[in-house]
Amino acid sequence: MRGRDEEWTGLMRAANAGDAAAYRRLLEAVAPVLRAATYRGLARAGQPVDQSEDIVQEILLAVHLKRQTWDATAPFAPWLFAIARNKLIDALRRRGRRVFVNIDDFAETMAAPATGDTLSPGEVAAHLDGLPARQRDVLKSVAVESASIKETATRLAMTEGAVRVALHRGLASLASKLREP
Amino acid sequence: MQTDRLIAALAADANTTPRRIGPMLALALLAALPVSVALFMSILGMRPDMRTAMHNPFFDLKFMVTLALAFAAIVVSLHLARPETSFDRWGWLLVLPVVIIAVGIAAEMTMPHQRPWLSRLIGNNAMACMASIPLFALPFLAAALLALRRGAPANPTLAGMTAGLLAAGLGATLYASHCADDSPLFVMVWYSLATAFVAAVGAIAGRRVLRY
Repeated sequence: MRGRDEEWTGLMRAANAGDAAAYRRLLEAVAPVLRAATYRGLARAGQPVDQSEDIVQEILLAVHLKRQTWDATAPFAPWLFAIARNKLIDALRRRGRRVFVNIDDFAETMAAPATGDTLSPGEVAAHLDGLPARQRDVLKSVAVESASIKETATRLAMTEGAVRVALHRGLASLASKLREP
Repeated sequence: MQTDRLIAALAADANTTPRRIGPMLALALLAALPVSVALFMSILGMRPDMRTAMHNPFFDLKFMVTLALAFAAIVVSLHLARPETSFDRWGWLLVLPVVIIAVGIAAEMTMPHQRPWLSRLIGNNAMACMASIPLFALPFLAAALLALRRGAPANPTLAGMTAGLLAAGLGATLYASHCADDSPLFVMVWYSLATAFVAAVGAIAGRRVLRY
């Protein structure tokens, strides 16, 4: 646990210093842990567990958009799990359940099944079409078709700067759409 | 959308690091300041006997109370904007203005007075006080909520309430320079009621706008 937490904290510090590869490694490392904990939280609340991937994606979006609230002198894991717990509670409430989620669900999660991607996360994708055209096109290109910023810029006849702006705004609008009840 | 693709998109957006909340809150409050001051000067203005009043320790005490409230609430607000902090850990700071006013009341009790305590408590400006503090607090509250939207509070209602307290502290600081009622008893009752109202507005607004 401690080794894992220290690794995450180190990666997030590197990410804040501008290391995008470290940031990606961090998100890839936390996703399976979030998936396992979300899965367990849903099961405990008597909810269908096939929504867990939607919630994992929602957590990742919140982590991304709120990462300035992480205090770089503090460990990363408690911050991450606080966001995860908040998002899980939110998701359960939206489904009409008032459930107390124990933080230990997250903090003690070790198992990290990689089965998540075989599930069909649809919530984020469903909201994509509701975005303004430019944000949608850029997000689809980067996130669905895995194109780089550069390729996306060429494909959509935009500057790279404009692609970056549209990408960031698109992610922010996705998060706010997911928040709506 | 597959999660690994979403992660790729997030990583592609890694270089747009969002701005930190502390400086944003400072900027927002600085921007609200001229609005509140303009409202204050056009409606009330400072009291005419400002120079002599400044020699009255109970006049000065009002500012200690309102500024202590504002600063304590700013500190607590910044903590509550983080997802992993709790009100239990930082909320005690808000006791500070209460302690100052209690000391003030005790000090005033020991002094000889021409007016009975009840008339000092009721004062002459109770209604003006209750209406003015929320009015001058409003620009600060709007600014604070706007800045705190960048945060990720575990409890948006409490975060909004604290934003209300900081706005009330700043609004009351302006009002205190107009009001001729300097008794700590007056401050305890009427300033507190006005503050509670602004805090309630902040809580209701925070519940809606500070969710992340």
